[in-house]
Amino acid sequence: MSQTDFSVRVASVTPVAETIKRFRFERVDGEALPIFSGGAHIVVSMKDGSVTRRNAYSLMSDPADPSGYEISVAKAEESRGGSVFMHEKVKVGDVLTISAPVNLFSPDWRGRKHILIAGGIGITPFMSMMAQFDKAGVAFELHYAVRERARGAYLEDLVARYGSARVKTYVSEEGTRIPLEDILTRQPLGTHLYVCGPDRLIAGVLDAGRDAGWPDYNLHAEHFLTPPPGKPFSVELTRSGKTVAVGEHESILEALEAAGVDAPYLCRGGACGQCETGVAACEGILLHNDLFLSDDEKASGKKIMICVSRFEGQRVALEL
Amino acid sequence: MLVEPIKSRPVYKGITVDPRARRHIFVLEGEGANALLEQKDKLTPAILAETDILYVARGSVGRGYEEALAALDAGSDWTAPTVETLLFRLKVVLGSADMGTRLYIAGTEGFIGQAMQIALDAGMDYSAIPTEHRGSLARRVQCVHCKGITENVTTSPFTCTHCGLSLFVRDHYSRRIGAFQGVIIDAEEPGNVPEPEELYL
Repeated sequence: MSQTDFSVRVASVTPVAETIKRFRFERVDGEALPIFSGGAHIVVSMKDGSVTRRNAYSLMSDPADPSGYEISVAKAEESRGGSVFMHEKVKVGDVLTISAPVNLFSPDWRGRKHILIAGGIGITPFMSMMAQFDKAGVAFELHYAVRERARGAYLEDLVARYGSARVKTYVSEEGTRIPLEDILTRQPLGTHLYVCGPDRLIAGVLDAGRDAGWPDYNLHAEHFLTPPPGKPFSVELTRSGKTVAVGEHESILEALEAAGVDAPYLCRGGACGQCETGVAACEGILLHNDLFLSDDEKASGKKIMICVSRFEGQRVALEL
Repeated sequence: MLVEPIKSRPVYKGITVDPRARRHIFVLEGEGANALLEQKDKLTPAILAETDILYVARGSVGRGYEEALAALDAGSDWTAPTVETLLFRLKVVLGSADMGTRLYIAGTEGFIGQAMQIALDAGMDYSAIPTEHRGSLARRVQCVHCKGITENVTTSPFTCTHCGLSLFVRDHYSRRIGAFQGVIIDAEEPGNVPEPEELYL
């Protein structure tokens, strides 16, 4: 456990909707947790037998409340194990390790107005953001789409808390959809838009924003990738002199951690750039899966983001 | 005079019409008109119909641009008598503009800086505003001692028009006030002022 980690006890587990549970964490030593900023996430470490899983989850409780943190976890259809573990194994009273909050999805506080677009479990970062906007008297609108009502977390709660003028909900099974064009073409200068949810929603909203003439600068998305599986390979580490095998369903970062190598990371989803690692030698192809490196950097073959990217070929050596 | 590179010095990357914007506002001063006129081939009738031109000739070699801009047949086209009236109109126009609007600014640095201030006040971000430097290199300079602003500074050092100090013109730029910073050059030895160099003609 590093200095910025906290040992927490699960204070409550609440079913919120079909396949969605809310977890509340409080510090084991009873001390206050750091306050955070809307849009922040934590990394939860889970000891699942011999494997340690680490997943990033957006904080959804009030950022100003240091008594505990709350996250909502959807059981992923193609879970790599983390969300299933949270759903099936984690019980009230269990002790887990969480990281200090990190914010890669902070609203631009200079904005005059904020449009939040959420799909499904993508609602979670906006819950802490809205608490902060509401307190600060900042104008916002939430447009929240779910597939079916039974899977919609907090649909009624949010309307009740912030009013139907600020919170609009859409259920695709009932044929209601986010009227993107209408929303995008009537916003005053200084409006910022944020989208979080499935990749298709994010791509669609960003495209619609650009088509409506919005500058890229005002369009924001929370993009977390899950490390894709692939063929097993091994990596040589030039500094520690180790060779580590990376399994089919494992990222390089996860394999290094299992081997006791302390590699830097923050988001574990290819977005933040913290785990950027130099490539010392490469006989084969680096499979870049991140959203951080530029196309030129990817083509140079000198850097790799070890949280999501992989390798295929004879031999790869990393500067670790 | 050695002028060290400073991060705050604005970079004007040039104007290209963004075809995805739904409204285009061109704010042009003097030779800045060329920044729009030179991309005639990109200006489709659809783009021109949604284009507003705010132009001011100022004292520059802006002759003839008024007619050339009018010939574009844009949605609206207006020539302001002074920079101040242009900025006032810009403020009103941006007050009712929406997020599909792109603002383009071209002219001298002092003009770009002042138009940029209006845009930032309206909630726009400087990175979303294409700018192009045209015409004189004259600078708008704030005296860091008396805070007075002198327009059209072409030499360094120069005499502050407000407090009379001899000021060295730095590359240090304030986006908030749209001006470079001028600092006293003879503080240690009053009266020992180097010959002014015409750096910003």
